[in-house]
Amino acid sequence: MAEKILMKGNEAVAHGAIRCGADGYFGYPITPQSEVMETLMEEKPWETTGMVVLQAESETASINMVYGGACTGKKVMTSSSSLGISLMAEGLSYLAGAELPCVVVNVMRGGPGLGTIQPGQADYFQAVKGGGHGDYKMIVLAPASAQDMYDFVDTAFELAFKYRTPAMILSDGVIGQMMEKVELRPIKPRRTNEQIIEQCGEWALTGKTADRKRNLITSLALDPNVMSAHNIELQKKYKTIMENEQQYTTYKTEDAEYLIVAYGSMSRIAESVVDTARENGIKLGVLRPITLFPYPEKALESLIPQLKKILVVEMSAGQMVEDVKLVVNGRVPVEFYGKCGGLIPSPDDVYEAFEKILK
Amino acid sequence: MDIKDIIKPENKVYGKTPLLTDAVMHYCPGCTHGVVHKIIAEVIEEMGIQDKTIGISPVGCAVLAYNYLDIDWEQAAHGRAPALATATKRLNPDKYVFTYQGDGDLASIGAGEVMHACNRGENIVIIFINNAIYGMTGGQMAPTTLLGQVTATTPYGRNAELNGYPLKITELLAQLDGTCYVTRQSAQTPAAVRKTKKAIRKAFENSMMNKGTSFVEVVGTCNSGWKLSPVKANKWMEENMFPFYPLGDMKDR
Repeated sequence: MAEKILMKGNEAVAHGAIRCGADGYFGYPITPQSEVMETLMEEKPWETTGMVVLQAESETASINMVYGGACTGKKVMTSSSSLGISLMAEGLSYLAGAELPCVVVNVMRGGPGLGTIQPGQADYFQAVKGGGHGDYKMIVLAPASAQDMYDFVDTAFELAFKYRTPAMILSDGVIGQMMEKVELRPIKPRRTNEQIIEQCGEWALTGKTADRKRNLITSLALDPNVMSAHNIELQKKYKTIMENEQQYTTYKTEDAEYLIVAYGSMSRIAESVVDTARENGIKLGVLRPITLFPYPEKALESLIPQLKKILVVEMSAGQMVEDVKLVVNGRVPVEFYGKCGGLIPSPDDVYEAFEKILK
Repeated sequence: MDIKDIIKPENKVYGKTPLLTDAVMHYCPGCTHGVVHKIIAEVIEEMGIQDKTIGISPVGCAVLAYNYLDIDWEQAAHGRAPALATATKRLNPDKYVFTYQGDGDLASIGAGEVMHACNRGENIVIIFINNAIYGMTGGQMAPTTLLGQVTATTPYGRNAELNGYPLKITELLAQLDGTCYVTRQSAQTPAAVRKTKKAIRKAFENSMMNKGTSFVEVVGTCNSGWKLSPVKANKWMEENMFPFYPLGDMKDR
């Protein structure tokens, strides 16, 4: 039987990183995600898998260390929370522009500003719509359990390398701090230098040998024609990601007349609200996006014909609701319920909000 | 005698290292960058480490350094080169990793990154070109601009009360336990070029000895920014920069 261990979501990120063959982690302490680096330091993976772990002097340095590691084809990652991610925005834009794979974990807290150390989901726009400058996208995965936190590190690396683009795990303080049983997957060994050359040799900085041209990682193009062509290529890539990588789960949607759309910790709350509604004879279901970019438009689209109303629930003032409205395009009423600033909606809060939209 | 009669193999006294590409440099005539690029290229060739060297270019005039040296390069955000170098080296300890940064990049926006990379004793080489001005953006005040020096943002001369004092960042970095070799050189005469080459070679060698960070400052000129001819710029540098930024080794362990 597979090994199951009780751990926090943040600790699961650390174990997931070591066991999926990550080469490096560079981070800076910030609540509520500090257990990621604490666990890595305690585990000392440099003595076992050879993974490098380093506490940087700032989030700015962390993301630039990620850039420096990713340039060489290594599997590198960082983690932070909300305001720390804001500091990384410049680096994320560089990583996307230079088409470098990496994983960034955001264990969201309430904002804006220094905000609160309590959970939030108000960085949806920042993660999904950009955050840094320029036309770019990141692949964004939203975990809803400690198991997801563990598994998504590997998934995010796979997607990041498949598309040569940064991937973000957009978690929140609830998922990061919550303790659950996590099944440890089989260990993937770190890639050898030869395997890295085979996988990434066309672009990675592995040392210019006589048999190849030098490799260059840059996001600079002074000629607007070159920069424009690069942008067009990036947009093509994002379109391919949109077509191929939408992920989601549904809960009791087969006969649903009403739908809650929620991601991360809020999808867990939504599922318990569905159970209450069903006891009262109301056909409610949940659509939980796993990928926030690409947004699971196809799944939502397919449900629209059977729906009377949609309720979007977030720990924000209403961000993902805009993407739901874009897909629905006025065909079904879309309502919103949210709490922000560190307050977590209870199942009762959400049920009450749902009852209001029934009227 | 025609010039064609002189161009013969037996008359050849100097050849460009193949590590320098044939790309036409964008630097202004008289600029120090080109000379230092050539020195680095020669050191890499002489050490036979082209396949083991990763360079990191800054933001500023030297952003395009990657066009001139035939090695693998990464291009950093403004000031962040030492953070990139930290991870590149830690993940690839068999590689020679160097950053190439100007005074605005290294001593202003990147002061935090260079300070902490040096303090951690990263086994990297940092080459710091100090010409006391922002060249690329059109000659604004740099942290190393001298008091009284006229720039686009100090049109009446740098004034300590208004602008603060010129920053001797190399002296600061020499104080840190993580640095093993800290030196200040120049490149305006053949003798100075030889000394700088020796310093850069030593820095590259240090980076494989697990001794800590090697930091080589090269005091240089910015003819366009200083609005002086190359010859006059060299003279101005010797008369004004050298007294404030004295040449020589600050640390060698």
